[in-house]
Formats: sequence, C-alpha cells, structure tokens
Amino acid sequence: MSVLLIVEHNNKEVRPFTLNAITAASQIDPDVHVLLIGNNCEEVAKSLSEMSAVKKVLHAEAAHYENYLAENFAPLVVKVSENYTHIVSSANTFGKNLMPRIAAHLDTSQVSDIIKVISPDTFLRPIYAGNAFATVKSSDTKKCVTIRPTSFDPCETSGGSAQIEKIEPTEEFTSSKFIKREEVKSDRPELGTARVVVSGGRGMQNGENFKLITDIADKLNAAIGASRAAVDAGYISNEHQVGQTGKVVVPDLYIAVGISGAIQHLAGMKESKIIVAINKDGEAPIFSVADYGLEADLFEALPQFLEELNKLNSIQK
Amino acid sequence: MKILVAVKRVIDYNVQVRVKEDGSGVVTENVKMSSNPPDDNAIEEAVKIKEAGKATEIVAITVGEEKSQETVRKALAVGADRGILIKTEGTVEPLAVAKVLQKIVDKEKPDLVFMGKQAIDDDCNQTGQMLSALLNWPQATFASKIEIKDKVLEVTREIDEGLETIEVNVPAIVTCDLRLNEPRYASLPNIMKAKKKPLEILTASDLGIDTTPRVQQIKVEEPPKRKAGIKVASVAELVSKLKNEAKVI
Repeated sequence: MSVLLIVEHNNKEVRPFTLNAITAASQIDPDVHVLLIGNNCEEVAKSLSEMSAVKKVLHAEAAHYENYLAENFAPLVVKVSENYTHIVSSANTFGKNLMPRIAAHLDTSQVSDIIKVISPDTFLRPIYAGNAFATVKSSDTKKCVTIRPTSFDPCETSGGSAQIEKIEPTEEFTSSKFIKREEVKSDRPELGTARVVVSGGRGMQNGENFKLITDIADKLNAAIGASRAAVDAGYISNEHQVGQTGKVVVPDLYIAVGISGAIQHLAGMKESKIIVAINKDGEAPIFSVADYGLEADLFEALPQFLEELNKLNSIQK
Repeated sequence: MKILVAVKRVIDYNVQVRVKEDGSGVVTENVKMSSNPPDDNAIEEAVKIKEAGKATEIVAITVGEEKSQETVRKALAVGADRGILIKTEGTVEPLAVAKVLQKIVDKEKPDLVFMGKQAIDDDCNQTGQMLSALLNWPQATFASKIEIKDKVLEVTREIDEGLETIEVNVPAIVTCDLRLNEPRYASLPNIMKAKKKPLEILTASDLGIDTTPRVQQIKVEEPPKRKAGIKVASVAELVSKLKNEAKVI
C-alpha cells in the first residue's frame, strides 16, 4: 500500500499547501510517493527529494505541463496510479480542479476536503459550510482524497534523500489552452498560511476605508481578508475572500471588522485560535464565535486600535 | 448552440442546519429548500447567452427526488426552455450524477454544460470535473467571466493566486463561481409560464446507472462548539487582553 501525492508548484518551488498535504498523506500510509508534473522543474524535484516524509519522487516533464491544466495532468496521474491505493492532493483551487477528473477516470468516488485521517479508508470532512462534520468510509479500492491544508501541519522540508524517478509524459490535450494568469503580488503573508488575519466586511463602506485595515495589518504582519459582501461590492479583490466559497483560514488571531458573521463566512474562519469581532451591531452573529468582542463604530475603533498597537514595546511576528 | 444546465435542490443557504440526534445526517424535514446558489449563476449565464443570440436552446436538468422538480421549474421560470428530472432516492454522489449527466449529454448533444462549482450541502466541488473527464471534454472550473468566440470559449477562472484565463474548445463543461453574474428573479408571469414548459421525468435505472453510494456516511456530528467569549469595553482593553491574556500579539 502506498500513497501518491500530486504536487502543486509553479515550476520553481513547491507551493506551501503541498507540505500540509504530505503530512496528511503520511498519516494514511508512511510510504508517500510524490508526483511532480511540470516543465523545467528539476529544482522542485530536488527540494521534494529532501523532504523526510517523501519516500520517492516521480518526475514528468513536458512543455504542455507548464501551466497545470487538469486535462493534461489527469491522464498522467491515471497512468502512474496503478501501484497506489490512494491518490491525494491539497483541497485548494489546484486540487479541486484536478482530482475529480482523475477520480472519474478511475471510476472512484472522491472524498473532498478531509480534515482528519481516521484510518486509511475513513476520514472526517466538514459538510454544510462546516456546520456538520461527517465521518465517511470509502469502499473504492483506489481512493481519491483531497486534503484541507489548514487542518494539517506542514511537513519537514529537510532530512530526506528520496530517489527521483523519471516518468514519460503523456500526450497533450489540445482542446484546452492556457492564456494568462494574473497573480496578485503582495509583500504580506499569504492569506491561507498567515499567523494573523485582519478582515473587513460590508461595514467598511468603500475600498478606500480598507486603508484602516491595511495599517493594522502592516503593524501585525497580518494578511488581509474580506467577506463576500466586501468583495462583491468591489472594496477589495476576490483572492481575499474568506468563507465557504473563498479561502479557509486558521490563524492564531482573526480580527473581523464590520463583518456580521453569516454562516458562509464563519465556514472559512471559525477554527481560528482567537477571534476578535469589531462591530457596532451588538446582535451580530459574529459575536457568538468571538473570543473578544468590541461593540463599537469601526471608524473610531480602528484608529484607536492602531494607536494602542503603536504604544506596545513589541509585537509578535 | 445548445446549453445543458445542471441544477440541484439543497437546504436554503440561510438556514442554520441541525444535526440529527442519532448522527444519521442533518434535519431536512420542514426545512426551507432552494436551488443551489452557484447553480443560479449557471442558469443566469445560459439565459444571458441565449438573449445575446448565441444559444438556441437551454435545457435544465436535475438529479434527485420528486420534489427537485421545483428547482427545474425555477430554472424554467428564469428562462430555460425545457426541463429534465432524473428521479433518484437518497444520497447520490457526484460520480453517479456525472454518469447520469453523461447519458443525457449523449442523448441531448449540447455544446455546453453549465453547473455551479459546488453544492452548498455536500461541498464536494466534483461533478463538473467528473463529467468533463467522462466525456473527455475540456473543463473550465470556477468561472467568473465567459466570452464566447464562435466555437471557442474564453473563460476567466478564480484561482487562489488571483485570476487565470483559459480557452476551451466547444463542447465544454463550465462550472460557475458566484462572481460570474447577478442571477435575476423570476417574475410571477414567468413562473406561471414555466408551469406549461415541458418537463421530462426519467429514473436513473431507466438510464442504466447504479446510484448506490460508494462512500458510506458513518456518522454526522456537530462540530466542536467554541467557548463563549467576552465583550470588552474599550480598544485599550482589547489590545491588553490580546497581548497579556491571549498572548497573540
């Protein structure tokens, strides 16, 4: 029994959520092999081989693997899958896009977004926007599983010396074509992995007012989040959205400002260690999950908050 | 161009779901049901394409129990031309739904299949990708913008890092993000008209598809409750608590 993990990377480095997925994979079975599909990504193969949890690196290279189209990746995974009991990947947009395509080719019913490995065939996963946890048991001989990255610690990136095995590429799928990617560059920590997240909602009233949040985020070295309402109103771009249909975050500190706390938003942040709510509506549902609630007008509270932070001698980074 | 749109009936997105005491699932009796929100975006997009003169027919399909007819009727009221209900009992997994849809695609021969990116009940995010694999068609998932250029679709996708644009040849599968459009409301006259639109009812076994779940739901439980927090009186108190009590800053 071995686990095959599909690596998410950008041909230069492994993307962080793969490290969490490797941890989950090794809980299913310690014999974790990773599959690297890309273009000119020898460096990525090398870094994977150095991870102590990785027992073997399978490496396929071709120009049509450059932009990780699922249509190109899936046939290769299917080809390699023969010797594996589990095919796993992270449950972010990369894995969500790819894994079901593999599962259907293998005639397997996929288990999405697991938060706990109970046994090699039994997993815990949230349903209904995280309002219920389901224990599910897969009866398929080959299991396709995606991992909620924030539920597992990242694996060690050193201490290993796995063998790298070259795999022949599969043919190009010509009916899909990559055009462009617009990545949002930022000096801030990534939303999915940040230790502190400061989020704004509809209460921010406009995009300019997000400056109040940015200032505090700068001070706390925090990532910036948003509710769907704030994204839809155009206050901030969509990759900041936290929630059922956005990102799931589990920071040490989550500060929700002007966010009422709809079910769909809570689904993305209620596992945070400490939750702070700043809202002028004392009845807002966000207060029912907040460890510390401040009932106040955010336009008064945020500048004061920054002032108080400035008074501190030191702030944890 | 002919568009097939797959819709699902789910517990309304505003309902605070309750887990059954015996751990067998969540309470669905006497709970408000609605169409799955991203599926509304899928229907809306299809109707817009038809209004722009680029589609000739929209067929709305659902897989589920008898009552799922309501969801198809809603799609018809918004602008779909006819509906199909594939009647099933109990839980039907995305793989089985994809297999049912594959049969209907073989029969109906649409140029495009639209659906929501995920259902808000099982949160699987699988069906579109699976159908696309079964048909060996291109897939454009998490679409927030669609442009039709003759036999090619240019689709902007929502990804973790921002946005991505791909081109897929028709026929293709598109799964819709909430940001794709603003779904319209069905007017009363249109709801009345929708009652006269054709709705074909079949069963999964008519199509020769076994919908028995492969993933057994052993137990459903409530997530661990958070301990009740406190309200602070001032910003200074908040910062002091975060620093000294919670020790997170």
